[in-house]
Amino acid sequence: MYPFTYRRPATLADAQRLFGDAENASFLSGGHTLLPALKMRLAMPSDLIDLAAIPELHGIRFEDGALSIGATTRHAEVAASPVVGERIPALAGLAGSIGDRHVRHRGTIGGSVANNDPAADYPAGVLGLGATIVTSRRQMTADDFFVSLYETALEPGEIVTRIVFPVPAIASYAKFRSAASRYSVAGVFVARTGSTVRVAVTGAGAQGVFRPAELEAALTVDFRPEAIKGCAIDPATLLSDQNASAEYRANLILVLARRAMEKLGTIQSFK
Amino acid sequence: MVTVSMVVNGTKVDKEVEDSLLLAYFLRETLGLTGTHVGCDTTQCGCCVVHLNGISVKSCTVLATQADGASVTTIEGLAHGAELHPVQRAFRECHGLQCGFCTPGMIMAATELIDTHPGPLTEEIVREEMEGNLCRCTGYHNIVKAILVAAEEMRLPGRAAAGD
Repeated sequence: MYPFTYRRPATLADAQRLFGDAENASFLSGGHTLLPALKMRLAMPSDLIDLAAIPELHGIRFEDGALSIGATTRHAEVAASPVVGERIPALAGLAGSIGDRHVRHRGTIGGSVANNDPAADYPAGVLGLGATIVTSRRQMTADDFFVSLYETALEPGEIVTRIVFPVPAIASYAKFRSAASRYSVAGVFVARTGSTVRVAVTGAGAQGVFRPAELEAALTVDFRPEAIKGCAIDPATLLSDQNASAEYRANLILVLARRAMEKLGTIQSFK
Repeated sequence: MVTVSMVVNGTKVDKEVEDSLLLAYFLRETLGLTGTHVGCDTTQCGCCVVHLNGISVKSCTVLATQADGASVTTIEGLAHGAELHPVQRAFRECHGLQCGFCTPGMIMAATELIDTHPGPLTEEIVREEMEGNLCRCTGYHNIVKAILVAAEEMRLPGRAAAGD
C-alpha cells in the first residue's frame, strides 16, 4: 500500500469536513473492496476516512412502511436481521450469500452500493426492489444512482447514509457464482410490488447492473416461470471475461430468472 | 504514525504504528504473534482469521487502526496453558490438519462458528460457513469432522470455558 493518513470521525459533518480538507481522500466502510485495491496499488488516497464510528450510518429500522438500512450495516447483520427476514427475506438471503462468513462480518451495504462492482450482489437487490439511496446531500432512485462499471451518481465527498427499500409482495434472487472468486457470474433479482414487476441483473451487464426490459414486460403480463420462454437477452449488452462469454451469460440470465421465479421468496446460490 | 490500543488475548497493548499497517502484520510483526498466518493476502484463504470483538475476520483485510479500542483473540489465546481448546484437541484427534498452515485460521473460524451459531451444527452448515477457509492438503473431510466433534463436546454442560 502507498502511505495514507487514517481518520475516524464520529460525525457525518466531520467526515465531510475531513474529505474537503484532504488532498485526495477516500471514504472507508467495511474495507473489503477498498483495502484489497490499496494493496494492489490501484488507488493512492492521501487520506482514508473511516465511516465506522458514525452512529447514524448504522442499523436497520422499519419506518413508514419501508425498510431502512444504514450504510455501514454489515452483510452478516442484514442476513441475520429478523426485521429484514420478515419483510424482505430475499434481501436477507442475498446478504447472506455474499462472499464468505468472514467477509460478511466486515463488508457493508453502503460500501457495496457505492463501489458498484459489476459482479456485486447488492446492486441487483437495490435496483430490483426499486430502493432509494439516501446520501449526505440528497435522495436518488436506484435507477438514477447506478451509472456504469464502478460508477455511480455520487459526487466527490458525497456519502451514502441509508438505503430505503419498499417492501414488495414477493421477491427472489438466483445467482451463479464463480467458484474461485465467489462473485456472481450472473445474478437475477425479481420483485413484484402490486402489479409492477422489476427484474435486475448483476454480474453480466457490460455497463453494470441493469433491468432487462423484455423480461420485466413478460413477467408483468404473466408472473410465472413459463413467461420467460421466448424472451432473449442481447449478448452485445453483456460482459465477456474469463468466467463466461457474453453468449453464455445471455442464456444464464434466462436460466436464473426462471429459477428465481420457480422458487419465489427464496434465494438460490449455484456454483 | 498513529497510536492504537487494543486488548489482545486478554492483555492490553498500546503501540505506535503506520496508518496503513494491516492487523495481520500488527499481530505477527509488532506483537510477535506469528500463529496468525498470511496465506494469500487477498481476503480469500482465511489463514489470517482472528476474532475481533468475538467475530471472525480476515486480519489481512482489516487495518490495525480499525481495530483500535477492540478486543482481539488469536490462536495463541485459545489454550489454557498446556490444556488445548476443545477445537484444537479435536483437530489433533481427528487428523484435521496435514501441513498445518491453514490450521490457525481454520480453528479461529471454527471456534467463532461454534460460539455464535444458533442451534446445532450439521455437516452442511459447517461446510458452508467454513467456505472462507482454504486447505490445500486435507480435502476438508477431517476438518469438518473435527469441528462437529468439538461442537458436540462444547455443547455438553459443565465444559471448561476456554478461549473467548
